[in-house]
Amino acid sequence: MIELSPFLKQLLSLPGLSGHEAPVRAVIAEAWQPLVDELSTSKIGSLHGLRRGTGPEPRQRILLSAHMDAIGLMATSVVEGLVHFTQVGGIDPRILPGQPVTVHGRKDLPGVVAQPADRLLPAAQQGKPVSMEHLLVDTGLTAQETAELVRPGDLISFAQPPVDLAGETLSGHTLDNRASVAAVTLCLEELKHSAPAWDVWAVASVQEETVLGGAITSPFDIRPNLAIAIDVTHAKGPGVSDYRGFPLGEGPTLGWGPNVHPPAYKALKDLADRLDIPTSIEPMPRHSGTDAIGIQVVAEGIPTLVIGIPLRYMHTPVETVSLKDISRTAHLMAEFIARLEPDFMDKIRWDE
Amino acid sequence: MNNITEAYPVAPVIGAEQIALLEKLSNACAVSGDEGEVRAIVSEQLKDVADEYKIDGLGNVLVTRKAHQGDARALKVAVAAHMDEVGFMLVDGEDSLYCFELIGGIDLRQLPGKSVLVGKNHTPGVIGARAIHLTTSEERRNTIPLDALRIDLGLGGKAKIGDRATFATRFQQVGPSLVGKALDNRLGVATLIELVKHAPPNIELCAIFSTQEEVGARGAGVAAYYFDPDIAIAVDSTPAYDLPMWDNSENTQYNTHLEHGPAIYIADSSTISDPRLVRHLAQTGDTLNLPYQFRQPGGGGTDASGMQRRRGGIASLSISVPHRYPHTPIQIARLSDWQATTSLLYQALLRLPQDILTRPLDE
Repeated sequence: MIELSPFLKQLLSLPGLSGHEAPVRAVIAEAWQPLVDELSTSKIGSLHGLRRGTGPEPRQRILLSAHMDAIGLMATSVVEGLVHFTQVGGIDPRILPGQPVTVHGRKDLPGVVAQPADRLLPAAQQGKPVSMEHLLVDTGLTAQETAELVRPGDLISFAQPPVDLAGETLSGHTLDNRASVAAVTLCLEELKHSAPAWDVWAVASVQEETVLGGAITSPFDIRPNLAIAIDVTHAKGPGVSDYRGFPLGEGPTLGWGPNVHPPAYKALKDLADRLDIPTSIEPMPRHSGTDAIGIQVVAEGIPTLVIGIPLRYMHTPVETVSLKDISRTAHLMAEFIARLEPDFMDKIRWDE
Repeated sequence: MNNITEAYPVAPVIGAEQIALLEKLSNACAVSGDEGEVRAIVSEQLKDVADEYKIDGLGNVLVTRKAHQGDARALKVAVAAHMDEVGFMLVDGEDSLYCFELIGGIDLRQLPGKSVLVGKNHTPGVIGARAIHLTTSEERRNTIPLDALRIDLGLGGKAKIGDRATFATRFQQVGPSLVGKALDNRLGVATLIELVKHAPPNIELCAIFSTQEEVGARGAGVAAYYFDPDIAIAVDSTPAYDLPMWDNSENTQYNTHLEHGPAIYIADSSTISDPRLVRHLAQTGDTLNLPYQFRQPGGGGTDASGMQRRRGGIASLSISVPHRYPHTPIQIARLSDWQATTSLLYQALLRLPQDILTRPLDE
């Protein structure tokens, strides 16, 4: 039995910036090993876990895609022992000053993002949000030591430790999207107790935050008949009150829009309602901003669904999720997969 | 046979035990007006060492170490270190999301995306920010205003209006550095604790562990009135703005530098140091080959401002351990600077000329 909170905290503690996911991949592989029949790594680093189904050959395949890469920073130069950096993935520079980080130099170095005093900045930056080019990482080491240990291209991860908040919520960096990796893991564990007809391909994908690298390539290898992208979505809370936010702790969202296969969506929504699993409809008028964008258009096209785990303060080091929402996401997927009949895709109909 | 060992006790040394105490002090939460956690540590450390010990009406801890053999001619020297730190107070809200106000000079740009500890139980909370996905480029050109930020305690989390909060940073020793929150002024508090434990026997030491410095040096002022000392010294921690200028031109506004030793104040915006004291500290450093630097004259203020103009005036001075990133979640100071500050202060007091206050102010 995997305990969600410690497992998730372990995932958060591991670096794995976009394109450099190896440290977290190793731990996910370890967790998936007893839950799947085969494990492999794609040519660009996505982790594939296959749980074989019981249906007749050619067996139907469902792909669950949760990206494992994290946003972060990358060193660009070292000046007087202070590290200039750029971003990996989308980061609002306003959340950076005062953040604890780990600089993955010749060895891992703790550091802090320093906002130089206004007097040291160009006039236009004084009293304003300081742009990334003027922020620095200070390792606390001497200038000489830092210069010896850090080079341009070295990765820099967020290092704020996760915090348990009230009401079974957890705050930390990289819950986007390790929360979904945890959900897929719990789903695989729940499926141990059933014998789905379909093959289940669990994918911890790479490079979602930068180029959708994993989303575009794994489905080409796997050729699923149906795919679900699991990612975090915005929760209502400070700064988010309109339709783009969903209640925290009141269940996952089911994406709805051109990125989503309508009949499959209906089947998933009906099941959630039948099982009394609370869900919200997440309108995605154009695209989903998830692996689903990549997956949907691979090869001859793949019917795709999107499940969202509501999360506050996305792309900050205090992203906040409800553990219950993660468990519900896992349970909904496991129930859906366990019920998939071999002819599911033939029977569902477009509502013309 | 003389009793020189007793008269000249061992000078204070900053080692593992003192760093462990600094860690405890740095991790304690003591926002201005709510200094209890630090007061408790000071009390535990010094109650048995003190000749006199009291907590006054503003919460200051006042500790006296008498001069050797009760020498009535000994100069009475007040040394103040403020216990309080900048932070927050919850002022409105319910159901886990609280509006808050700033206590002390905190740059709003340091707040988004931080963990905090709230109230006496250190209830964890976070200050988030709208996801970048939902912001406009216009919006990102502006600092997030305080009224758009909340302290979020999680679903159903509860705190009381009026609770204080601090950044949740935990202390670390990294290479040559001390890294943590509230090094301003737990470095001063830790220094003064050592000074009290190793009180120079030639003076009457009146230690003031002061309250409310970050909101106007209120505690030290009344404590100086109470002690009525000949000399008042504030031990604090001051910014080192010693990073490169953005265009790599010469940084002429560094205030202080890390690794250059204690910063002696000649003048800040609220106190002009007594020149005789400035000269004495510098001469002590020169004589003993201890590093020191002069803080660039300019802005800022310390407990000296609260003490100097009490009664008929008190000869005052400030000395600080330099640190980077003042009033932010994580400050960085150098162990060597703290060691040098403790040594210089101790040695200067040990060598304090009996007639220093009868010498001319200007030389």
